[in-house]
Amino acid sequence: MTQVENDHPDRVPGRGGRRRRRAEQLMVPDVEFTSYYGRPVIKEPAWGIPDVPGYLFLGGLAGASSVLAAGAELSGYGELARVAKVGALGAISLSAVALVHDLGRPERFLNMLRVFKPSSPMSVGSWLLAAYGPVAGAAAVSDVTGILRPAGTVATVGAGLLGPGIATYTAALICDTAVPGWHEGRREMPYVFAGSAASAAGGLGLLAVHPADAEPARNLAVLGAAVELIAKRQLLDRLGDLAEPYQTGTAGAILRLAEFLTVGALAGAVLGRRNRAVSALAGASLVAASAMTRFGIFEAGMASARDPKYTVVPQRRRRDRRRGMN
Amino acid sequence: MTADPAGRAGYLEHPPRMGFFTDTSICIGCKACEVACKEWNAVPEDGLSLSGMSYDNTVGLGASTWRHVAFIEQPVTAVADAAEGVRWLMASDVCKHCTESACLDVCPTGALFRTEFGTVVVQDDVCNGCGYCVGACPFGVIARREEDGQAHKCTLCYDRLGAGMEPACAKACPTESIQFGPVDELRERAALRVADLRAAGQDQAQLYLDDPDDGIGGGGAFFLLLDEPEVYGLPPDPVVTTRDLPSIWKHVGLAAAGLAATGIALGLGRRK
Repeated sequence: MTQVENDHPDRVPGRGGRRRRRAEQLMVPDVEFTSYYGRPVIKEPAWGIPDVPGYLFLGGLAGASSVLAAGAELSGYGELARVAKVGALGAISLSAVALVHDLGRPERFLNMLRVFKPSSPMSVGSWLLAAYGPVAGAAAVSDVTGILRPAGTVATVGAGLLGPGIATYTAALICDTAVPGWHEGRREMPYVFAGSAASAAGGLGLLAVHPADAEPARNLAVLGAAVELIAKRQLLDRLGDLAEPYQTGTAGAILRLAEFLTVGALAGAVLGRRNRAVSALAGASLVAASAMTRFGIFEAGMASARDPKYTVVPQRRRRDRRRGMN
Repeated sequence: MTADPAGRAGYLEHPPRMGFFTDTSICIGCKACEVACKEWNAVPEDGLSLSGMSYDNTVGLGASTWRHVAFIEQPVTAVADAAEGVRWLMASDVCKHCTESACLDVCPTGALFRTEFGTVVVQDDVCNGCGYCVGACPFGVIARREEDGQAHKCTLCYDRLGAGMEPACAKACPTESIQFGPVDELRERAALRVADLRAAGQDQAQLYLDDPDDGIGGGGAFFLLLDEPEVYGLPPDPVVTTRDLPSIWKHVGLAAAGLAATGIALGLGRRK
């Protein structure tokens, strides 16, 4: 009978993991696991940079800007409402370009509306976009040109109601994958995205409008940034070992900088509420931090897909626990 | 209990579910399956370089590799029947044609569909290359081909099945390591085979993806392995991502409702 030593992964080809990491970066005790020549088990999503992380950011900015526009218009902040509507239209237009550009067959983008599938967040998102885009566009055009004001108000409210869907469905989009860093963060990701979107939209308002005329933007920014910071902390707590790709490498650096900017901007937005320059700087920082948060989360997921450790170790643990119980 | 993915997909009358049982214990690593697949399906060449991974130069499944033979040279401690202290593991991998298919679930265009045989196939004339299926597959099977920007994978030779023929890889396999047939029959055969191997002292012989109660509802293609799945580059406990989608939508809904409520609160405020 042949005896094989499988408990010693270093005797098996393709020891994964250790090769790639620096010891001082280790957040968890090194785990022994086996892989096939260190090759990833799953494929990295075929999504490009900056198209897809850019889309996650722009979709959030657009959706939450529409929420801000509706709120600002109803409470009498006309200038802020206009900025938010134009911002929403600009962001959603750019994001649509990014989405189509990322397709392998861009000329077939209309196939997205060939069926409606609740099991596919991308299908749901495409239909949401098809509904939201024209409404957000009508709201902005009516406000800027002054034509059909009553219809413009209806469109503003409509975009404000569809906006939250646009800003958050992208969390379902990335979490509904086999990518361990995203899928295992599914519980908190929607709140991170909602918070990040709100802080970006509020930030844009603070950047473009005098703080005396931008109180709703400041409120939205402060609330959004706080929700994002808390939800992101809870996300990392839940991920446990899988938090490592969020805390190391490129993703770790981007996310740390984003958090630093968000905290600074939060202070600036609150304390500098009477100062145009401080407010604007805080607003710009929030917009930039939101973009960096999306790029960081995107890259963390990609990193978790590339290293077989993140697929194999949690699955082995889950399987062994289940078998132990039987 | 047999899962009936074709029936669930809406076929009122359909042939039995067809699939593969790949018995890696009798794979000799000839790669006839890889070649037959490429030839029959006119899958383009995708690299001719040496990988340094034993005899494996196709490296893994992908848009233009629909059968992939893994080669593992394992050092062994007792060398009674192993040449030079090495045990060879060879295994022909393929799309699992899951009962619950993540690729099919997440495809936004309907390009991926369930056939009457219970298999999963991409329609080339519909796929717009969004790439969602690529990150959704728990096995890293499906991929986007650079040349045409579309997703491709094993079709379980849908065209040959329609003509009553067996898939090209199974046809070409000289040792019947790749067995094709109704999934029910294959499962019975696999259970007997693994029992035989275990009785003969192969303690680690195990069936992989044969269980209808596993995380993908069982594979239409399943395997007999001689070591843990991850040794072959397979995930040890795959779960279809869309099982969690209801809970994901719930939290997306709550987050969206929170954002909408914030907007309403802003709107109710009055300018001072």
